[in-house]
Amino acid sequence: MIKSVMVMNTQGKPRLAKFYDFQPVEKQQELIRSVFGVLCGRADNVSNFVEADSIFGPGTRLVYKHFATLYFVFIFDSSENELAMLDLIQVFVETLDKCFKNLHTILDEIIFGGQVLETSSIEVIKAVEEISKLESASNAIALVSKSVSGWRSR
Amino acid sequence: MGSQGGFGQSKEFLDLVKSIGEARSKAEEDRIVLNEIETLKRRISEPDIPKRKMKEYIIRLVYVEMLGHDASFGYIHAVKMTHDDNLVLKRTGYLAVTLFLNEDHDLIILIVNTIQKDLKSDNYLIVCAALNAVCKLINEETIPAVLPQVVELLGHSKEAVRRKAIMALHRFYQKSPSSVQHLVSNFRKRLCDNDPGVMGATLCPLFDLITVDVNSYKDLVISFVSILKQVAERRLPKSYDYHQMPAPFIQIRLLKILALLGSGDKQASENMYTVVGDIFRKCDSSSNIGNAVLYECICCVSSIYANPKLIESAADVIARFLKSDSHNLKYMGIDALGRLIKTSPEIAEQHQLAVIDCLEDPDDTLKRKTFELLYKMTKSSNVEVIVDRMIDYMISINDNHYKTEIASRCVELAEQFAPSNHWFIQTMNKVFEHAGDLVNIKVAHNLMRLIAEGFGEDDDNADSQLRSSAVESYLRIIGEPKLPSVFLQVICWVLGEYGTADGKVSASYITGKLCDVAEAYSNDETIKAYAITALMKIYAFEIAAGRKVDMLPECQSLIEELSASHSTDLQQRAYELEAVTGLDAYAVEIIMPADASCEDIEIDKNLSFLNGYVEQALEKGAQPYIPENERSGMLSVSNFRSQDQHEASIHGLRFEAYELPKPSVPSRPPVSLASATELAPVPEPSYPRVTQNVASVPSVSSADPSDLRLRLDGVQKKWGRPTYTPSETSTSTSTSEKTVNGVTKVDAARDTIYSKVRDTTYDSRKPDAEIPLEKQKLAASLFGGSSKTERRASTTGHRAGKASSHVIEKPQASKASDKTVAEKTIVQPPPDLLDLGEPAVLSRSPSIDPFKQLEGLLDSPQVPSNSNHGAAGANKDSDIIGLHAETAGSGPSSGIVNPVPTNKNDLDLLSGLSNSTTNNALGGTPTAHSTQVSKGPNTKDSLEKDSLVRQMGVTPTSPNPNLFKDLLG
Repeated sequence: MIKSVMVMNTQGKPRLAKFYDFQPVEKQQELIRSVFGVLCGRADNVSNFVEADSIFGPGTRLVYKHFATLYFVFIFDSSENELAMLDLIQVFVETLDKCFKNLHTILDEIIFGGQVLETSSIEVIKAVEEISKLESASNAIALVSKSVSGWRSR
Repeated sequence: MGSQGGFGQSKEFLDLVKSIGEARSKAEEDRIVLNEIETLKRRISEPDIPKRKMKEYIIRLVYVEMLGHDASFGYIHAVKMTHDDNLVLKRTGYLAVTLFLNEDHDLIILIVNTIQKDLKSDNYLIVCAALNAVCKLINEETIPAVLPQVVELLGHSKEAVRRKAIMALHRFYQKSPSSVQHLVSNFRKRLCDNDPGVMGATLCPLFDLITVDVNSYKDLVISFVSILKQVAERRLPKSYDYHQMPAPFIQIRLLKILALLGSGDKQASENMYTVVGDIFRKCDSSSNIGNAVLYECICCVSSIYANPKLIESAADVIARFLKSDSHNLKYMGIDALGRLIKTSPEIAEQHQLAVIDCLEDPDDTLKRKTFELLYKMTKSSNVEVIVDRMIDYMISINDNHYKTEIASRCVELAEQFAPSNHWFIQTMNKVFEHAGDLVNIKVAHNLMRLIAEGFGEDDDNADSQLRSSAVESYLRIIGEPKLPSVFLQVICWVLGEYGTADGKVSASYITGKLCDVAEAYSNDETIKAYAITALMKIYAFEIAAGRKVDMLPECQSLIEELSASHSTDLQQRAYELEAVTGLDAYAVEIIMPADASCEDIEIDKNLSFLNGYVEQALEKGAQPYIPENERSGMLSVSNFRSQDQHEASIHGLRFEAYELPKPSVPSRPPVSLASATELAPVPEPSYPRVTQNVASVPSVSSADPSDLRLRLDGVQKKWGRPTYTPSETSTSTSTSEKTVNGVTKVDAARDTIYSKVRDTTYDSRKPDAEIPLEKQKLAASLFGGSSKTERRASTTGHRAGKASSHVIEKPQASKASDKTVAEKTIVQPPPDLLDLGEPAVLSRSPSIDPFKQLEGLLDSPQVPSNSNHGAAGANKDSDIIGLHAETAGSGPSSGIVNPVPTNKNDLDLLSGLSNSTTNNALGGTPTAHSTQVSKGPNTKDSLEKDSLVRQMGVTPTSPNPNLFKDLLG
């Protein structure tokens, strides 16, 4: 099971944090901090995997990918495959590359309740687009707004 | 509001994001956020906020909370927003509540109703949003409120909804397995869904279910195998491809499931061999995801019933991983190696240098993984090197968590494999010295016990040697500053117990040291207690031995200090020491017998030695003792407590918790089993029919005893359990034939590997200049010993026969081997110089037998035996063809209906099955070829090996000691 997805910049500021097991706010911050502490200590040419039992409990592992100023971090337990998770980050990033908005919607289409739901970035985008299309349609009906293309949080 | 940046957010919000991004310090960021919170607090409670504005506020709250600040004042607004009819607002509301609330939050109760309504919505996006919220917000108690709707959604027309409904059910299962126990059959049913995505989603819950209970799902093996086959053969829609791999994530899941199902189950495993082998061959090893699938294949191979050919493929992949430049792949390679050596330990030897490279890699993750591998392959021959390495690493790191782990591993390995007492003590000293405070106190107690009891052998001499070496090393260490408390406790105890036992060290020297310790760690009472007791022991032993005791002045002052201590424990110990020193030798020997720490102390609980005294007192007219529980009437303070309890039990007011109510669950399973087929709680007309179909898929192979038995009568089933088929005997013979075959193959594989090892040892005579000597040494010491067991195991029957047959061609063989060896130097992992002697030693004694045996076998030349093999293989293959043909034929004829009553060709499981079987039949012959091919080099290898044995017979032999001398200095 995937326990958490984090996106943070190279200064450790969270850009997106999603926990699939509930964590109180303070705990979330602590986890983000300790993950950052581990990541910033790692050189460039080493593996993308870190054993995270000291942060998230026994058996958990962490896969991260470093793009420009951002770390993409997936935390998961032994029922997932590290290399596959690395590719899931790739899917996520590729999807973001194609349409940079609605981060949470995209993530919700990829991971659902801690399980991998969809791994094709084209399918994800299709779903997201369909959502925003219908959303704007319903907006038009409700006469709330003319040009809201969607919501996002970053 | 002007929409800036095209995202529909206000300028205000974008400015906030920007200023946070530019904040230079955490304090500045906090200030900005607190400001924002104030603004939001004020604005959000204003009346009549436009909905779109409210939406933005909510998103800003999410942002604020992500930065670690409390946004709970706005939760209720997020909850309200979920009630909105507008899709955008509703989704925003759901997003916010899933991020804000946990499943036990008070506000959830306000959402459950909305979720219920939304799950029934016509708009599938609303349904999806609600399902998303269900995963996060529904807890064990609220599951029943939404369960019926979610189950209904399993039949929704949109596959996205079906998929999410399955995932939601899976989530319920994770939260409370009993709540969905009766719905497990739905997962099986959805495995045959038309949509591959839904099928893939089903694998997640099935994986969990199978992890818990393997046996109930054995019937699905065939289905899983056939699905995997279809996926690997690219029969899924193109959109499931990822980096040119067909649905890799589904493949990975399936392989994980197969690994579970095939573990320790030969029959189930045999069904998997072909498809796993196919994937090994087809997988693209240049892409990351391809390697992910390959890695999963290795995991699967190492988990299921061993198949030599697959193990060979797995070993090849591991070799590729380890040779790769990518740290990720190296990591996976090390991990995979750790899995595979459980079934075939000899594989590690091929990769010794790669492993050592990983051990010295700057990447910490890789290093730790490698230590894990070494931990798994530790045995008495390499324990010293491995533990030494571990300790060095332990000293070098700061991460306490991992330090603790590696320390306990060191201790475990040392206890298990210690080659000598001296080494054991040294190792423990190092561990304690550097990680003492992190080690479990039990380890210290264990160490004391070991020193006291010795290693269990009845050799008093060795035990006393162990003790004196411990004492000696402790006296050396004790002066060092800042030793961990646990370690000092051990030191004090051992010095007290055995410090003067061998008479080498004077009592006054030891007592001086002990006093120093007590003084240096004066705020640690435990150490002081240990120290003073140790002092008492030493003085007692001195007195008992009849020597005169001169108490050191610092010892005097210590006693004085402790007699006035606040701790009663220390006081008592100090007074006891004073009292003991005042006694004569005879008395002291009785109260403090030397070396009696292992004697059992008999405790006389009845205090019978006081009987005489009591009787005397009674005669003098004292009151007899009334046991506590009989004195309930008295109100003395001392028995108040017990009386209280007594009363309580009389009046029946209970303060302890009531027993847990017996859950109604246990009674359910049988019911649910029945309901799965007949009393379907799901209002779906096609339900019973489809379930049956699901069951019938596997029943092609393993008969379902309940209802399908009649239909299958008369069908010859070689895959099935023999009991149900009339052709029982034929089945059993064919399997036995296979096993024989399997065994020979294993042997053959061993041959190859072993001869490779030999090659390397042979190479060592002309060592490769590129590999540093140090590494070679290390390799030798880590891996060298392992051929020991391997060797012995493999010198039997068939192999011996084979080896013998080569002897005729000996001269030629040795030449050939020379050549190939020279070639191999480049390709193969280079040699270990110091390992040289070992195989020779080992090979000498067993080699006598094979050579003797062969004289009888000489006349059975090599060629026939080989062809024999081929024949066996062919037999087997034709057998398989027969099997497949039969099953393929029997599928339709036995009246088993197509499980999926639709026309989607690519997903039709049963058709896939029959297809796959024909494919299999075709694939049968190539396999036979490949076996023979693989045997080619094999014979050559054994030739080489043979010549090597001859050559090595001359080499001097005394394996390890030299090597360790070098390594340990």
